[in-house]
Amino acid sequence: MAALIADQATAARERAVWELLAQVPDPEIPVLSIVDLGIVRHVRHGADGRLSIGLTPTYSGCPATEVIRSSVRNALEKHGHATAAIEEVLSPPWTSDWLTPEAHRKLAAFGIAPPEAAVSNPKQLWRATVVTCPRCGSRATVRVSEFGSTPCKAHYQCSACREPFDYFKCL
Amino acid sequence: MSTALAAALRPERVLNEALLRYVLRLGDTSLVLGQRLGEWVGHAPTLEEDLGLANLALDLIGQARLFLTYAGEIEGRERDEDALAYLRDAPDFFNLALAEQPNGDFGATIVRQWLIDAWQLQIYSGLQESTDSRLAAIAAKALKETRYHYRFSSGWLVRLGDGTAESHERVQRAVDELWRFTSELFAPDEVDERMAAAGIAPPLGAQEARWSACVEEDLRAATLKRPSEQPYPWHGKRGVHTEHLGYVLAEMQHLQRTYPGARW
Repeated sequence: MAALIADQATAARERAVWELLAQVPDPEIPVLSIVDLGIVRHVRHGADGRLSIGLTPTYSGCPATEVIRSSVRNALEKHGHATAAIEEVLSPPWTSDWLTPEAHRKLAAFGIAPPEAAVSNPKQLWRATVVTCPRCGSRATVRVSEFGSTPCKAHYQCSACREPFDYFKCL
Repeated sequence: MSTALAAALRPERVLNEALLRYVLRLGDTSLVLGQRLGEWVGHAPTLEEDLGLANLALDLIGQARLFLTYAGEIEGRERDEDALAYLRDAPDFFNLALAEQPNGDFGATIVRQWLIDAWQLQIYSGLQESTDSRLAAIAAKALKETRYHYRFSSGWLVRLGDGTAESHERVQRAVDELWRFTSELFAPDEVDERMAAAGIAPPLGAQEARWSACVEEDLRAATLKRPSEQPYPWHGKRGVHTEHLGYVLAEMQHLQRTYPGARW
């Protein structure tokens, strides 16, 4: 019984940390939190009671990775978790499938077209993707550049409303 | 025999040395190619391609960081990614000689990129099954990015090769010029053999056949000819470089060499 109560207390503490991390924005797409982005792999208490957070990078060279690490560190310190360990988890690699449905909704509302397809099949990458314009909803869009303002985005233009926009790539 | 010497001859020690060398080869190739691509920033033919090349560079340098951090841990001499990138001299770099070749025109940069992308596709696919879980994880991550790089470089190869008479001629010249550096991509030495025997890296033979088929197909689509010339055996991965690497390092390492330990 005592063990069960202890487990529940740990679960509640971990849930509180998840909520805390859900307030940490992605520095390049601040409308998304790092939890929306799907880069928080675990929140757990080790046998010694020490809190450990697992983060995975989106792209190997993403400059936001270090900013995210220090934002997480700050958030943890501010809420009494100064001794928490932040671990880098590489495997399995992050894919855009980890974006939550909430993230898709927020991206579209922010003017960034969310990834169009799941990428469990790598062949997906080779097909011509039809991207929906986040402004007017038209499917008549053209890719201007494979690479956009950040590694995770490509640059598109809508043929209907003529607006240029970012597309969050499938990875 | 002294105990130190006996310890030095332990098979694990030999394997560890080979693994260190192997990981440095992968990391150095990504780092040097990334540094080369960085030279394009502000100079590419159009803004979109400028961004494209910079993004490729960013991915490559990110991959290099993962490999070099791991190399530093294998070495166990407290050298981190920065110490390995900024404080080694050319003979201690083990990148493919192809990666250090000058950018040339946009077409030459594309050809160099495409040859290495096609190589990395094979190497990283194979490494996903590595018995070394850290390498397998880095490779799985890098492979996803490399697919984008390859789509970009092979797409441009076809557009330039099957483009105007001038773009065709220039990109064919770049293929002819760079072809001689392809010999070392899949030529196994004792490091590769140790890695293959330990199940850490896949044997290079089968990979070469797949790389060759892929390159052949792209050349055909681009209406380009595969050079008949037998490539000269370069040894970048053994630390024997063309003169160009020294210039790349001089620029890349300048700040850390002048102001050791400088940070911002």
